[in-house]
Amino acid sequence: MRILMPILYLLLAPLVGGLLDGMDRKISARMQRRVGPPLLQPFYDVQKLFAKQRIVVTNSQTFLMITYLVLMIATGALFYSGADMLMCFFLLSTAGIFLYFTAVVTDSPYSYIGGQRELFQEMCCEPAVLLTAIGFYILEDTFQTRDLIHADRSAIVALPGFFIAFLFILTIKMRKSPFDESTSHHPHQELVKGVTTELGGGNLALFQITEWYENVLMLSVVALFILNRNPWSIPCAVLVVLATYFLEILIDNTSARMRSQKMLQLSWAVTIAAAGINLVILILVR
Amino acid sequence: MWWSIPFLIIFPICIGALLYCIRVQKIRKGIAYIATPAVMAATIDLVVTFFKNGGQPVELYVNVPVASHVITAGEIILMIFVTWKCIRARKYWISLLSIVPTLMIVYMELTLQGMEEAAHIRVDHLSLLMCLIVAFVGGLITIYAMGYMDGYHQHHTEVPERRHFFFAVVYLFIGAMFGFVLSADLVWIDFFWETTSVCSFLLIGYTQTEEAVTNSFRALWMNLLGGTALAVGIVYFENVAKVSTLSALVQNSQDGVKAAAVCVMLMAFAALTKAAQLPFSTWLIGAMVAPTPSSALLHSATMVKAGIYILFRLAPAMSGTMTGYFIAGIGGFTFFMTSIIAIGQVDAKKVLAYSTISNLGLMVACAGIGKPETIWAGVFLMMFHAISKSLMFQDVGATENCLHSRNLEDMHGLLYRLPKLAVFMFIGIAGMYLAPFGMLISKWSALRASVDSKNVLVILFIVFGSATTSFYWSKWLGKIISRTMHNVQVKDITKKNEMFSLTIHAVAMVALCALFPVVSNIYVHPLLAETFGTYTDVLSSAVMNMLVVLILIVFLVPLIAYLSSKGLHTNMKLSYMNGANCGNDNTFTDSFGDPRKLHMANDYFTERIGRHALMVPCQLAVTAAIVVMFCIVIGGVA
Repeated sequence: MRILMPILYLLLAPLVGGLLDGMDRKISARMQRRVGPPLLQPFYDVQKLFAKQRIVVTNSQTFLMITYLVLMIATGALFYSGADMLMCFFLLSTAGIFLYFTAVVTDSPYSYIGGQRELFQEMCCEPAVLLTAIGFYILEDTFQTRDLIHADRSAIVALPGFFIAFLFILTIKMRKSPFDESTSHHPHQELVKGVTTELGGGNLALFQITEWYENVLMLSVVALFILNRNPWSIPCAVLVVLATYFLEILIDNTSARMRSQKMLQLSWAVTIAAAGINLVILILVR
Repeated sequence: MWWSIPFLIIFPICIGALLYCIRVQKIRKGIAYIATPAVMAATIDLVVTFFKNGGQPVELYVNVPVASHVITAGEIILMIFVTWKCIRARKYWISLLSIVPTLMIVYMELTLQGMEEAAHIRVDHLSLLMCLIVAFVGGLITIYAMGYMDGYHQHHTEVPERRHFFFAVVYLFIGAMFGFVLSADLVWIDFFWETTSVCSFLLIGYTQTEEAVTNSFRALWMNLLGGTALAVGIVYFENVAKVSTLSALVQNSQDGVKAAAVCVMLMAFAALTKAAQLPFSTWLIGAMVAPTPSSALLHSATMVKAGIYILFRLAPAMSGTMTGYFIAGIGGFTFFMTSIIAIGQVDAKKVLAYSTISNLGLMVACAGIGKPETIWAGVFLMMFHAISKSLMFQDVGATENCLHSRNLEDMHGLLYRLPKLAVFMFIGIAGMYLAPFGMLISKWSALRASVDSKNVLVILFIVFGSATTSFYWSKWLGKIISRTMHNVQVKDITKKNEMFSLTIHAVAMVALCALFPVVSNIYVHPLLAETFGTYTDVLSSAVMNMLVVLILIVFLVPLIAYLSSKGLHTNMKLSYMNGANCGNDNTFTDSFGDPRKLHMANDYFTERIGRHALMVPCQLAVTAAIVVMFCIVIGGVA
């Protein structure tokens, strides 16, 4: 299991992530009364990007992008191998810093500002992400994901506040509106394409794939809130993950972009109000 | 057999006195190049002797009346000196903070009868660790300073040449620091404590500008206030309990002796001033006017750690008490708030200063919780922080000598302009926060332990503070690696002795990172066993394995990615500017149709989170907390 699961993650996560992305585009299109692209369009896009020439502003972009991808895969693989969750999250933020490096190393205006905002988004997310790991630790007395999935009850019963905080920052992590600060799927905005402005051809494809890996990893954490030793929790977890993803699409399509300082205030307020209070109650009860 | 102990204390002080008399730079350098290795050798000898004796704590020098008299005389000389300085600067009230505690201590020394005979010197793992930091980090900084001060006086011609004074105080400080960490006797501790405060005061005022003098007196009164609390605590405790050592104090406090508990609180308060925790953080920020070596030595690597050292000693006594709870809260709060203020700083040395306070805050929080796991984390934080900050300060100093600026914005593209210094800077910063370097594992352990001890406030502070810490460091790293288009070539005028020190620091940083499971097993575990009696393993083997994997991943992945991406065919283009480029990457056509230079700068949010907006409210809040702590502990609820 400890070997098999990481390999499955390595192979299947881009497939799942790509399909989810395809669904996203389809559902978004329907919400906007369009037909939308085929479900497999993200794969076609990536395939085409790889076929194009690799345009860069400075050569080091490529190796930083590859590092970002590999660190993201490593984080997910560790997570799926049942390792320490808090360590995984630390590694996740290290991976994120390489995306920031990729953006600022160019010194190109849009990319640079996008990088700054990416960093800002990291700062908004990190408390809630770390608190999630702590919530699980208080509940099950371990950070190891392999033990967490064998809990007696679903963690969400005791950790609803943590779940809410995590859902909130999930929107930031997925760079979806109203928190699509650092980059967005629409180039007709003030920051053009933000962090991805200077990524061309293969590098953009790598970014796309990394995003799929990341989304699958973040949704796996959502699933972890539901999973317990009862096998029936697995379909439940899948349903909750799909519902979460739908919720993200809905928010993305119904909200306007928010200023970054507002994002910080809001995300930290939610983290304190939901996860913080849940934490206090949890510690008082135990 | 233990000859190295008196040698370590007396020899640097003598060298300091010698350096004060010598005004020829070459001879001075010669002396320093002999004295520093001698101090390092003596420290190694001390370590070897300690382990030859079985690695158990050793208590020495039980009956030493002469030495005690010398210390008493030293206290009085120090008091006269401080009073004289204060009167000359017309800051009369500060002298009271020296006169009152000194007279109290001296009066007690002369009158108190029936004291238990006890050791004056104690050597154990914790004091040895401090000795190693002082000897090696401190020693390298003095070597660095020999080169740095030459360059400093070339650029700052307005500063009067007083290098003899500078080096004299630095060596005096090193001697005092050894005395402080090796002393077991409370009065001796107090004396060396005050000596380091005065050294810091003298070095901050080195340039004699108005700002420097103001800042030096601020540092003086804050540290002396701590010293006063320390003296009051010691006198009260010794009068009641009739014992005079630090370990006896901890023991008494654990046994529930009220006087000991009050003394522990007063000492912890003194530690807060020394470690520049809120509300006393401003002195450390002001101390940045001093030449960089003194910032590196006193205000980051060693002296401020004296506060942490004393808190680690008191940790068993603070664990689970009101004092511990408050100290942990104040430390955590300082960690979080000062890391926010650090985001708003443009001056590299200010960022380092705030991050020093912030990291010290984390160590204070660890000590306040006082569990073996947190002390484990705290000890590692201390090691990593000492090396990394010393590296960073020296590097920023060398960079400043080359660029004539320490503004972060001027470090844009430093990697391409001063590659060596930029790489050292990168290692130093990475050591402060990136996986898998030591800070991170310490944070991991501190988080877990604060969950175990159910300290919600500290958990929240660490979690949020960790986010803000990452933010300002990453911002800095991004600045260094960002491609520079303004091809202004800078000459690297870093001297050989500066480079020597920087290289050793960088190597030590990486080595400590790679070897830290070993260090944990052979050194930190016995240290904890000494402090807490019993001790169980902090890190399970699963976590250790995971760490090895992490280290491999984070080191190898960028390397392999770099090598494999070299062969890739890429097409270089200009960066995207809506088609308004003027044929290159650093100019664009503005709305008037004129070419305009492009300059990318970071956002520092200065008006919102700068020092002015946040510092005063934080100081007020923590002062209130300290007052409450005093009331509760002295009032006797605890």
